[in-house]
Amino acid sequence: MKGRSIALVVYFVFLLLPIYWLVNMSLKTNQEILSGLTLFPREPTLANFHTILTDPSWYMGYVNSLIYVVMNTVISLSVALPAAYAFSRFRFIGDKHVFFWLLTNRMAPPAVFLLPFFQLYQALGLFDTHIAVALAHCLFNVPLAVWILEGFMSGVPKEIDETAYVDGYSFPHFFVRIFLPLIKAGIGVTAFFCFMFSWVELLLARTLTATNAKPIASTMTRTVSAAGMDWGLLAAAGVLTIVPGALVIWFVRNYMAKGFALGRV
Amino acid sequence: MDKIENNKAWFLVLPVFVIVAISAIIPLMTVVNYAFQDIFSPQDRYWVGTEWFESVLADDDLHGALIRQFVFSFVILLIEIPLGIALALAMPARGWRASLALVLMALPLLIPWNVVGTIWQVFARADIGLGGWLVNALGIPYNYTSDPVAAWLTIVVMDVWHWTPLVVLLCYAGLRAIPDAYYQAAAIDGATPWKVFRHIELPKMRGVLLIAVLLRFMDSFMIYTEPFVVTGGGPGNATTFLSIHLTKIAIGQMDLGPAAAISIIYFLIILTLSFVFYNVMTRMGTGERA
Repeated sequence: MKGRSIALVVYFVFLLLPIYWLVNMSLKTNQEILSGLTLFPREPTLANFHTILTDPSWYMGYVNSLIYVVMNTVISLSVALPAAYAFSRFRFIGDKHVFFWLLTNRMAPPAVFLLPFFQLYQALGLFDTHIAVALAHCLFNVPLAVWILEGFMSGVPKEIDETAYVDGYSFPHFFVRIFLPLIKAGIGVTAFFCFMFSWVELLLARTLTATNAKPIASTMTRTVSAAGMDWGLLAAAGVLTIVPGALVIWFVRNYMAKGFALGRV
Repeated sequence: MDKIENNKAWFLVLPVFVIVAISAIIPLMTVVNYAFQDIFSPQDRYWVGTEWFESVLADDDLHGALIRQFVFSFVILLIEIPLGIALALAMPARGWRASLALVLMALPLLIPWNVVGTIWQVFARADIGLGGWLVNALGIPYNYTSDPVAAWLTIVVMDVWHWTPLVVLLCYAGLRAIPDAYYQAAAIDGATPWKVFRHIELPKMRGVLLIAVLLRFMDSFMIYTEPFVVTGGGPGNATTFLSIHLTKIAIGQMDLGPAAAISIIYFLIILTLSFVFYNVMTRMGTGERA
């Protein structure tokens, strides 16, 4: 038992060291970063964070990312909920095929879709809008949401549906008022996964935007300039991208394990 | 669970079908268009048949990228799956320690991929990065920007850092689903920890492990952002994986025909493998539940 805990602690050190280094760098001046290795910032400074939080061309990157991530989570959940219900309760023509087809989209490498996506959204006049990125991310988030929700819904006894229909509830009324509250935890976990995958994905987001909906990822490449790399600023931007994820994870920490176990993902 | 036969259920699935089809089928058709034609402008296009496929399949760069990709995915699975199982077994089961361990474990998964790349690009540098500095301080010469082997190792360690937590979380969830009665029965029989693992924990984790293998294989097969940020595919072509190769041709050289042909080959590989995995998964899944 002792050996196990030691191994775990060693792993967590390995896990946290690179993150520590990023935080450490974000609190230093460029001079100190380049002048040699220091384990703690000699003169801690918040100047890097100050730059990011006061310059709109920086902080709008975060706002843009958050907008499309939230849009994507809402769209994914609202289309996946009824579909997951259908998969968990009914047999219909082609149900297994559609399920497999959804799976293949989860597996499609985004690199394959880059160029056609660019042309499609350009043709639709949606290029450089938040909704374009949100829709593109549906490619992998909607299948994911369907699977996780289907797992949770299959855990709800069918007698509940039948009783509700006997009592004279219409389908929409039953679904929203009775069924959804029963799988609250499942909806929370699914929202977390959609948020997470949309937040970390950058290849599509970068391809589909130029200025108006530019995600923070693209903004970060700005730190390379003629004067060389602005490491401190880059590190501070990196630290700030970890914050939303860390906050979300804290809220769903007790359900996270369940989402992994029950879903088909 | 026996389900009711009802084709009206299609109406419930329709929104999902439409929204995914827009993002999946139309771009896929565009790729197919490019793969079989030489397109100069929308009015000026020529049917070239399988020409792109032939030239691409004979291309040594593609062979190199494919081999690197398979070796990489294989190495990743070989390290991350056993390590993930071991760590999941070591995780505390309940209490505040369990919460803390879960949150810490999930942290790397929530970092945007290019930031993961940035973190390791800096961390592994010999002059300003703690990791690179430590390795050199131990007396091992290490510089990932010029040494192909070091570049490879950096990418592998980074991927282990980034994705092992996913395997851990999956296995952890599988372990928590084992009823206490199983462990009590094993204790009464005087089973050794190894026997408990081999005959109780491992069989019970089979479902989640299969998913973990599937996800890790697919995701490592699609890896792009992290190595691109860290090494840009270099030094030389040492870390040019399949998707980096593809993007180089599509965006870098604007060779849409060959790029589309590679895309289709790429997609077919993944489709075949996911079909195999899916069948294995569902078959094992039914065996598990029965």
